[in-house]
Amino acid sequence: MIDALGSVGTLLLVGGTSDIAVATARRYLRERPLRVVLAARDTPRRAAVADELRTAGATVEVVDFDADDPGSPRRMVEQATAGGDVDVAVVAFGQLGDQERLRGDADAVAGLARVNYVAPVVVGTLLAQRMRQQGHGVIVALSSVAGERARASNFVYGSTKAGMDAFYSGLADSLAGTGVCVLVVRPGFVRSKMTEGLPDAPLSTTPEAVAEAIVEGVRKGRHTVWVPGAMRGVMSALRHVPRPVFRRLPI
Amino acid sequence: MLSGRREWLTGWGRTAPTPATVTTVGSVEDVCAVLRSGAPRGVLARGLARSYGDAAQNAGGAVLDTTALDRVLDVDLATGSVEVEAGVSLDRLMTLFVPLGLFVPVTAGTRYVTVGGAIAADIHGKNHHQAGSFSRHVQWLDLLTADGQVRRIGPDRDPELFWATAGGMGLTGVVLRARVQMKPIETSRLLVDTDRTPDLDALMDLLTTTDHLYDYSVAWIDCVARGARMGRSVLTRGRFARRDELPAEHRDDPLRYSGSVRLSAPDVFPPKLLNLATVAAFNELWYRKAPKRKRGQVQSIPTFFHPLDGVGGWNHVYGPRGFVQYQFVVPFGQEDAMRTAMQRISSSGTASFLAVLKRFGDGDPGLLSFPQPGWTLALDIPVVEGLAGLLDELDELVVAAGGRIYLAKDSRVRPDLFERMYPQLDRFRAVRARIDPDGVFTSDLARRLSL
Repeated sequence: MIDALGSVGTLLLVGGTSDIAVATARRYLRERPLRVVLAARDTPRRAAVADELRTAGATVEVVDFDADDPGSPRRMVEQATAGGDVDVAVVAFGQLGDQERLRGDADAVAGLARVNYVAPVVVGTLLAQRMRQQGHGVIVALSSVAGERARASNFVYGSTKAGMDAFYSGLADSLAGTGVCVLVVRPGFVRSKMTEGLPDAPLSTTPEAVAEAIVEGVRKGRHTVWVPGAMRGVMSALRHVPRPVFRRLPI
Repeated sequence: MLSGRREWLTGWGRTAPTPATVTTVGSVEDVCAVLRSGAPRGVLARGLARSYGDAAQNAGGAVLDTTALDRVLDVDLATGSVEVEAGVSLDRLMTLFVPLGLFVPVTAGTRYVTVGGAIAADIHGKNHHQAGSFSRHVQWLDLLTADGQVRRIGPDRDPELFWATAGGMGLTGVVLRARVQMKPIETSRLLVDTDRTPDLDALMDLLTTTDHLYDYSVAWIDCVARGARMGRSVLTRGRFARRDELPAEHRDDPLRYSGSVRLSAPDVFPPKLLNLATVAAFNELWYRKAPKRKRGQVQSIPTFFHPLDGVGGWNHVYGPRGFVQYQFVVPFGQEDAMRTAMQRISSSGTASFLAVLKRFGDGDPGLLSFPQPGWTLALDIPVVEGLAGLLDELDELVVAAGGRIYLAKDSRVRPDLFERMYPQLDRFRAVRARIDPDGVFTSDLARRLSL
């Protein structure tokens, strides 16, 4: 249960080895020990993350999850909730994809759509179902500013995020009155392992800043947060830039 | 057919609301019907919802409104014991029995609690140092357990289950009826002595040397004043007057009793009405208006025991974010821990205008029963940024001193610290596992702390 002062008992990280997911767990652990369920593929990194969080005071449970396997979300949600209620679930998995390759490879596009759109909405549906029964819980969905207006430089990724963003925003409204909340997080360019080797973008941010925004957004019962906060105004302006101009912007 | 209604529930502190299906039950059959319906998120009995946190909530599950189980079944005026259904309130017991010369054995700071709730929280009152907690005065109770059976239990029959139920926060089953030993009184008035003490040490000295002379005793303590005035307090102690002690004008009707609510707090208070400035001013006034030393003042039951019950819904003054009540006890010999806790509270700038300090007597065997010999402090704190950290620190201090916090007040304790406060927790869990192997009876509190 999230208690009267907003402290979290159990945190589920779907895509638990992503930098943002790990930063979120670390951020919560700075306040209190808590139970963390790590849902991710069975990799050495998952084991390392589990060890690190245990050292930081968490009780860690590990559950297999593979966004590429259609049967995985159902098994994952069942196992992740077997040990008790989940208070906050962070849906943090996704891939950026190589835009050059995606331009000519339909299979790769389908793969990215599966991982970035199909799997997140399936996971969201199952988590919402489970939390509806619980009568409480918060789902945090990692969207992206890239979904706000797709750009030529990464429109496949942007389109998947636009889709999952729309899904979770609608899911939030459909859950009104059930005790379950959804927080959609829209970070700008995050310097992380997903964006390694890419040039920095304006208003870029860090996994730690995103984690801070998640913790604060959950505590305050927000529905949407932008990271950094200034992104909201920037994207709002960009949305209305005439297309011929938008196309030529160096973003 | 019973119909449940979906409701959002909170405790008295109005924090962390959750939805549940609430069914008003008026009989054992009603309770059994809800049990048999097999609600996947479990079942919990709720009384008048005066616990501050999430003890009477069950997110997504079934909640029994037991206030319709309100019959008084038997009274034995010779021995002074009464048999009542669990939803009967202490207010009702007083209205019915004070005129007959019987008072409840123990009352909390509010009389709007049910007998079932008083047992589940094993409540204490101003007479704890003389009379222990509520369950000490329960001869037996009927408990409906998860298997659908009604078991009559008491200190001498199935004591293990009885002492898991007393203070067990409703997690062993549903209390249906109880036989309670009342306290004989000659009059409904109290003779009250008031002492103002300039600081915490003076207060504790006075209580240590003279508390045994009084049946009832409690100190209001200023948690905002700092430095030399830290812990300044107004101590009120008393006992029921004998008939011949009453002033002439009260003697005609020595057992007259009226416990009506005089005014109601509207639900329009802004979130930050109670800030450090308003509370400091209130506390100053309260301290100044109290007599330095007064003896033998005649007071009524509501004035002495339940001053806040005069204002219906006073919990609304904390505004929409609600408030937390923090109550802990530290053993005798740990006065330094109490001093340190007071220092941290007053220096944190936390605005608390309702803080009470009391000296507990011996504890009772309830596995999760709160009172233990020592000093207890209870304070209301509006929910503000940074409060979680402050209270976690205080908990660590309390645990290190061998103390504990009170579940009926709690809405936020760290589960790992809670385990260290209640050494009998494993025994409690074992009784629950035996009597309710599928965990039918549960609550938000139980889930939060893995009780």
